[in-house]
Amino acid sequence: MIDFKNLHKKFGKLVVLNGLDLNIKEGGIFAILGPNGSGKTTLIKCLLGMVIPNEGSIAYKGKSVLRKWDYRNDLNYLPQIANFPPNLTVVELIEMVKNLRPKQSYEQDLIKLFGLTDSLQKKLGNLSGGTKQKVNIVLTFMFDSNLIILDEPTNGLDPIALIHLKELILREKAKGKTILITTHIMSFVDEMADEIVFILDGKIYFKGSVDALKKQTNNDNLEHAIANLIAKQYA
Amino acid sequence: MLKILKYSFYDLMRSRWSYVYFLFYLLLGFVLLFLNNDVNKAVITLMNIIIVLTPLIGTIFGVMYYYNSREFTELLLAQPINRKKIFMGQFLGISISLTLSLVLGLGIPFMLYGLFKSTAIFNFGLLLVVGSFLNFIFVALSYNIALSTENKIKGFGYAILMWLFLAVIYDGVFLISLVMFDEYPLDKFSLIATMFNPIDLSRILILLKLDISALLGYTGAVFRKFFGTNLGMMLSMSILILWVLIPVVRMNLKLKNKDF
Repeated sequence: MIDFKNLHKKFGKLVVLNGLDLNIKEGGIFAILGPNGSGKTTLIKCLLGMVIPNEGSIAYKGKSVLRKWDYRNDLNYLPQIANFPPNLTVVELIEMVKNLRPKQSYEQDLIKLFGLTDSLQKKLGNLSGGTKQKVNIVLTFMFDSNLIILDEPTNGLDPIALIHLKELILREKAKGKTILITTHIMSFVDEMADEIVFILDGKIYFKGSVDALKKQTNNDNLEHAIANLIAKQYA
Repeated sequence: MLKILKYSFYDLMRSRWSYVYFLFYLLLGFVLLFLNNDVNKAVITLMNIIIVLTPLIGTIFGVMYYYNSREFTELLLAQPINRKKIFMGQFLGISISLTLSLVLGLGIPFMLYGLFKSTAIFNFGLLLVVGSFLNFIFVALSYNIALSTENKIKGFGYAILMWLFLAVIYDGVFLISLVMFDEYPLDKFSLIATMFNPIDLSRILILLKLDISALLGYTGAVFRKFFGTNLGMMLSMSILILWVLIPVVRMNLKLKNKDF
């Protein structure tokens, strides 16, 4: 479904993506992991068209996405930091995003699920970080798209919201959606991910199921298995 | 693009600063008109204020809006919209809301004063047109600076420096060079130098209309001698349009390869 080929990206002298090849098939939850600064967010932003790669190609459903924008109607993206215009109210923001996408939306259930009904008329500038993240999640999941990209979705969420988020992700997976997640919370990965993509030094270092990773590193604990992967590189 | 424009505009119209700006002009208009009792003098005083203040406010609002809405812009960039449209929408949203503050803030006192019956209406109208141009120009320039500068503090610094340069330093350097090269023919040099500064250009445009030769200064006098009043006004107006268009084109070129 998504095909990255020979992707290169430099920021000044810093090489972030160094000839990365990755193929992601349709359906399932893919966790994109890697140490800080390994290029996870850059990879996602390349797919979204926010970062323009120096070299290489990205295809979504067989079509190149570089410098295009209409393909984004078929994907939902949850950005890492939820910072919205402080003067708009929650309901206005939701209306605005709905307005921008020519698509059916299902926000009512999500608003109830995350207990945002009372916050709808509040200005976004007055909301706490966790509540903003909930709004962020509503904005992401209210559209029915084939690809869902979540950048650190658990940031600032309380335990109940986290449970709801997990349910939401599993529900989308059951519908056959493809879900890309970046996170540093290994228990979340262990619980949710079908496949792990491990990025190191701008290349794919490991790609496979959680079990395969545990087997390969001889480690039953995912956190340690990942640490093991990174440590190998340091050695 | 219209949707983005609508929301940027709406967002700004609800921020406290738009009202402070609007009230400032409102107060200024009332004070100048009702204490002065001479519309022409009021227009000149207003010109002196507008020519320095609108660029400053345009610059600050432009940079501030860009940096403050960066994360939100990222959210928009992930939506199925062309990125050019996002930034053009924001640019127009800021420029139009600032222009509205200016036009309403000054327009209301002038209307109450009975401006429509006086002959100063054209002078006043021109003042508002030039003020609006300066808004669009400086928002576009500051957006260019912000787009090219990742660091917020640096971007802010560059933008303020740009304003300071065009509003104050440029004139100083210009004057010094006129004195230094006293013995050479400077007509053409000063004509061209004026066109490279939208603030100078606006000043000359208004003074040409007001026909106050004493205030025209060297460049103004050369300008009038060279082009005559009407041609001079047309020319300076078209250069002001270029001053809006060139930064906008540059903005779009920059956007093509910009990473967010």
